Amino acid sequence: MFPFSFEWAWDMSHIVFMGGLWYALSIIGAGLTYCIIKAAVDTLKGDAGTGDHH
Amino acid sequence: MKNNHNNGKAKKFGMVIDLDKCTGCGSCMVACMSENNVPFKADETDKRLSITWMLVYKLNNGKSHPDYDECYLPRPCMQCEGDHGHSPCVSVCPAVATDYSHETGIVSQIYTRCFGCRYCMAACPYHARYFNWWDPAWPADMEKYLSPNVSPRMRGIVEKCGFCFHRYQLAMDKAYYEGRDELEEGEYQTSCTQACPAGAIVFGDLNNPKHAVHKIALPDSKHGGRPKNPNAFRLLERLGTNPKVYYLSSRKWVRDSGDNYRPDEK
Amino acid sequence: MDLDSALWPKGVQRCTFPKFMIGITVVSVVLVWGVYAALLCWFKGLNQTNMNDYYGFALWIWADLAVIALGGGAFFTGFLRYLVKKDELKHIINYAVLIGFICYSSAQLILGIDVGQPLRGWFIFWHANVHSMLTEVAFCLSCYFVVLCIEYIPLILENRQLDKVPFFHHLGHNMHGIMAIFAATGAFLSCFHQGSLGGVSGVLFGRPFGFREGVFIWPWTFFLFTWSAAACGPCFTILVTKLTEAISKKQLVKPNVVDLLAKISGWMLFTYIIAKTVDTWYWAFVTVPSKGFNWAFFYSNNDFYGTWILWLEIVICGYIPALLLITKKTRQTNSTLWIAIILASIGVCVNRWALVLQVMAPPVMPFDTWALYIPSWQEVATTILPVAYGVMLIMISFRYLPIFPQERELNPITN
Repeated sequence: MFPFSFEWAWDMSHIVFMGGLWYALSIIGAGLTYCIIKAAVDTLKGDAGTGDHH
Repeated sequence: MKNNHNNGKAKKFGMVIDLDKCTGCGSCMVACMSENNVPFKADETDKRLSITWMLVYKLNNGKSHPDYDECYLPRPCMQCEGDHGHSPCVSVCPAVATDYSHETGIVSQIYTRCFGCRYCMAACPYHARYFNWWDPAWPADMEKYLSPNVSPRMRGIVEKCGFCFHRYQLAMDKAYYEGRDELEEGEYQTSCTQACPAGAIVFGDLNNPKHAVHKIALPDSKHGGRPKNPNAFRLLERLGTNPKVYYLSSRKWVRDSGDNYRPDEK
Repeated sequence: MDLDSALWPKGVQRCTFPKFMIGITVVSVVLVWGVYAALLCWFKGLNQTNMNDYYGFALWIWADLAVIALGGGAFFTGFLRYLVKKDELKHIINYAVLIGFICYSSAQLILGIDVGQPLRGWFIFWHANVHSMLTEVAFCLSCYFVVLCIEYIPLILENRQLDKVPFFHHLGHNMHGIMAIFAATGAFLSCFHQGSLGGVSGVLFGRPFGFREGVFIWPWTFFLFTWSAAACGPCFTILVTKLTEAISKKQLVKPNVVDLLAKISGWMLFTYIIAKTVDTWYWAFVTVPSKGFNWAFFYSNNDFYGTWILWLEIVICGYIPALLLITKKTRQTNSTLWIAIILASIGVCVNRWALVLQVMAPPVMPFDTWALYIPSWQEVATTILPVAYGVMLIMISFRYLPIFPQERELNPITN
């Protein structure tokens, strides 16, 4: 999973597989971080906190 | 799965089993269990729950008396090479708990790495892989007889024959101590080979033309190790598993039992 | 006013709290039975099962693959809603997500029980063998489960009381805002884990019953599994929706929404089953003969593994539901729609059975024997456990969360 584990090899299969994995994880992580930070900022701004999501 | 090539000195340890000599006595099975600390249970009725790295099958030609004939076929792990180390079980293991050594041609099993998903067992057409359904236990006094060179396996993992790999390590240690980096043919032999009273099992380096296994099987390296000896065959050759265990028999029906043939091919 | 009515979504009616608790208690009994069996497997080991060295995959592995296929409604509906912009599907996407969440969490639980050394489960990630289909399954499954959590959390935050907390309200709102990104990631991950589950048996070149040729590193079953999950997953979503409607005795989703999803599902299923037919034909007349087998051999030993399984999977649970769903009249008739979605859901489960468990049965060495397996009660209980868990989660979610946006409009409260 990480370059420091001894099974790791800088070959095409690892680059494609782990590249895809870390790409997906980065998107999920970044998206989630954005949501949490923005929610905190919105809350601090003192929005009413009511209304429909849709 | 790193390919540890040994600068052209790569070995390909393999076995030739002469089925015309095998009497089905089971010495190889016993020797294997003893050598490798294979656990057993009080009740071994269900053979599909028994761990037998080496297993002797009984085959017959399907005919009735007086044409009836039978044959015993010892089956260790075939140490499949597949296509360049792409053996059926190695490529499927999700945690690299089993590996194909390009140095020795032996398929290893790392007991402390295996987490027991059993995917390798599903992949092996020879049923050479066994799961530890129970914790290993020996009668109290028997624990003193366990081999200190082989670690016993815990519950919940897969184990299999590794051509007595610890013997290879011991032999290599000795050779290193004596300033050599090559082994003599007799220095590394599996326990089943030595235990067979009929001398039906021959073990050695298939890559070495001086070794008996090479001389008998005559593996054709240009055609995936297919034997040139007309009496030699490998199990399930057609699947492309490229095993390193060769069988010998002068009887055609025995050789035909080694693989599947459609009715129109017979 | 009921005891917990302050927690209900606005403007909807729910059954009384005691009635709800009776339901929860009944399901809990089954759940506890399943948990007990699972604990037995964990503490005493897999000797509690009837698996053996020939038949190393259990009933629950079939259940695992089946629920992942059935939960495919979540990724495919999400894909249609957020990426293809089929806006009507927003009225059913919440439920698709919930069903997906249940299916995938169940699958993870099953895998946790299935392995011989559960405490080493993390090895699959840490010491990953990128060549193994199972590694791909583990990674994509876990990542997609995270995506499903992200999709389910805003729904929880929409609970009437939780929504009053400003931070939760904003968090839910923001997550909705970028849901298309999560849905796209989920679709990407789903394609791979559904596919790699197909690859699990497809790559077994030592097992001609499961082995398939393919393209590059992927056997044909890789693509067929993704395709069938996308086809049958939404059918299961519709099925559970209709069951929920039948049990709650009210309409929850407008017919045009169901019709659209059923139509897309129908065409997916129709194209899939043609591809599956071609795959089966190629396997039977090209792949298997090249290994020295006659295809009929694999169905010859006993009635349980007879050719009926092919007919059931491809014709009865394949072509028939596909035709029922692509034909407007039968799709829009309640009875035939029910038949179609039930058959399609059964069909994908039969397919997973055949391609995972049946692979273990036929011998490969000519002198070897067939392997049959009857699950132990511990395996049955552990397999039923996710069903009880799913029912319970649906009961709780339906009661307290606004899963069906059209419910209020379709069931106005008149008092």
